[in-house]
Amino acid sequence: MSWGSGLAKGLAITLRAMTRRAVTQQYPKTQPALPPRSRGVIALFEENCTVCMLCARECPDWCIYIDSHKETLPPAAPGGRPRSRNVLDRFAIDFALCMYCGICVEVCPFDALFWSPEFEYAETDIRELTHERDRLRAWMWTVPEPAPLDEAAEEPKEVTAARRAAERAGDGGPAEGGEATGGEAG
Amino acid sequence: MTDLLLRLGCVLAAFLVLPLLVGQAEHKVMAHMQGRLGPMQAGGFHGWAQLVADGVKFAQKEDIVPAAADRRVFRLAPAVALLPYLVVLVAIPLGPDELVGQSLDAGIFFVLAVLGVGVLGSLMAGWASANKYALLGALRTAAQLMAYELPLLLAAASVAMAAGTLSLPGVLDAFHWWWVPWQLVGAAVFFTAGLAELQRPPFDAPIAPEEIIFGAYTEYSGLRFALFLLAEYAGIVVLSALTAVLFLGGWHGPAAGRLGWLWMLLKTGALSFAVIWARVAWPRLRADQIQRFAWTALVPLALAQIALTGTLRVVTA
Repeated sequence: MSWGSGLAKGLAITLRAMTRRAVTQQYPKTQPALPPRSRGVIALFEENCTVCMLCARECPDWCIYIDSHKETLPPAAPGGRPRSRNVLDRFAIDFALCMYCGICVEVCPFDALFWSPEFEYAETDIRELTHERDRLRAWMWTVPEPAPLDEAAEEPKEVTAARRAAERAGDGGPAEGGEATGGEAG
Repeated sequence: MTDLLLRLGCVLAAFLVLPLLVGQAEHKVMAHMQGRLGPMQAGGFHGWAQLVADGVKFAQKEDIVPAAADRRVFRLAPAVALLPYLVVLVAIPLGPDELVGQSLDAGIFFVLAVLGVGVLGSLMAGWASANKYALLGALRTAAQLMAYELPLLLAAASVAMAAGTLSLPGVLDAFHWWWVPWQLVGAAVFFTAGLAELQRPPFDAPIAPEEIIFGAYTEYSGLRFALFLLAEYAGIVVLSALTAVLFLGGWHGPAAGRLGWLWMLLKTGALSFAVIWARVAWPRLRADQIQRFAWTALVPLALAQIALTGTLRVVTA
C-alpha cells in the first residue's frame, strides 16, 4: 500500500519539524548573519577619489552624481610648472535608482568605492534616498575587511608583482632561498 | 431557571472561546510544523492576541454585497453556517453527573441533524453570491455533504447500537474502555467523514483557492467572512468533541469524578490537533477522489463496523 506509507511519512516529517527550532529570524530583535560580500550599500572612500567620472559613466541607470572643480597647485620646485588637480565638490548616489549591480565598485581604478553590508537606510520619501558624500563616507566605517583567500587560491597579483620586483632588484641572489624564507614567513 | 441560564451561559462562553483557541493553535502548530514561528507580535507574548487583532481588522472592513446577489440569502448565510455549532454544543456532555448544557434523549440524532444544517450555510452563500466560482464551490460542498453524511450516520449508529441508547450522556454511562478497540474502525470513519463535512484539508476541494478562489465564500468580506472562518473552527471543536464522546469515552479517565471535564477537554484538544496536523501533512484530494473515497472506502467500512457491533451485541447478550 504505497499511498498509506506516503501519508505516514507526511505526518512524521511535519511532527519532526514541529519539535525542531524554527528557522525564522526575528529581524528587528536579532540582526541577521549576512554572508561575506553582502551588497547592502555603496560606501565612498573620498580620499581616494580623483573625479575620473568612470563610475558615473559606467552606471547603467545614471544614479551617481559628481560635481568637481579644478585647483591649480603651485609648482613643487621653483621654476617648475604649476599642476592642476581635481577637487570633489559633490558625490551622491540615488539609491532609489541604484540596482546594486556593483559596476561602479568594479570599475573604480583608485579603490574609492566599496560594498558595505549596511542595509538599514530606508526612508519614507523616495527623494531622501539620494545620499550625499558625508553619508557615503560614513558608511566606509562599516566596510568589512576583505574575506581571506582560499587556501589553494592564486597569490594576489600585486603580491606577485612586488615579489618579482624584489627578486629583480636582488638580481642573481638566491632566488630559491628567498622564496623559501618567504614561504616560512607566510 | 437560573440553573438553565447558567448552563446556557457556559455553553455560549465555550462556543466563543474554544474555536479561538483552536484557531490560535492552528496558527502556531502549522507554523512550527513548517519551520516558522507564526504570529509573534500581537499581544506581546508569542502573538497570543492574533485572532483578536484579526477580528478587529475584519470588523473594520467594508461589508460588500455583490450587485447581482440574492441579498437576503447572502446576508443570512454566515449565521446559518455558524449557529448550528452553538446549538450542537448544548447537547455535548462535558463531565459526569449531568455536566451538560441540556441532556437530550435523542442526543445523537439531534446532534447529527443539526450538524447537517451548518453545511446549508455554504450552499446558501454559494448560490446567493451570483458568482460562478462560488456556485462551483457550493455544488462541490453539496456533493461532499451527500457522500459523507452516510458514513457519518452509520458510524454514529454503531455506537448507539453498542450503548443501546441515543442519549450522549447515556452513551458515556455505558462506556467501557474496550469499546475503543471495538469501535476503532467506526471512530476512524466518523472522524474522517466529519473532516470532509467541515471541508477541512485534505477534503477542501470545495474551497480550493488554486482552483475556484475560495469557493462559496469568494464574495464575502468583513465580519460575514469572519463568521464563516469562525464556523470552520467551531466545526473543528464540535467534531472533535463528538468523536471524543462517541468513541473515546468523553470524560472517562483516572479520577473522572473530579477531573472528568479535564479529560474531555484533553481528548477534544488532541483530536483538534489531529485536524490541524492533517492540514499540514497531506495534499488536497481531487473532487472525484473525494467521492470515490466516501463510497468505496468509508461506507463499506462503516457497514462492516455495524456488522461487528451487532454480532458482538448478540453474542454477549
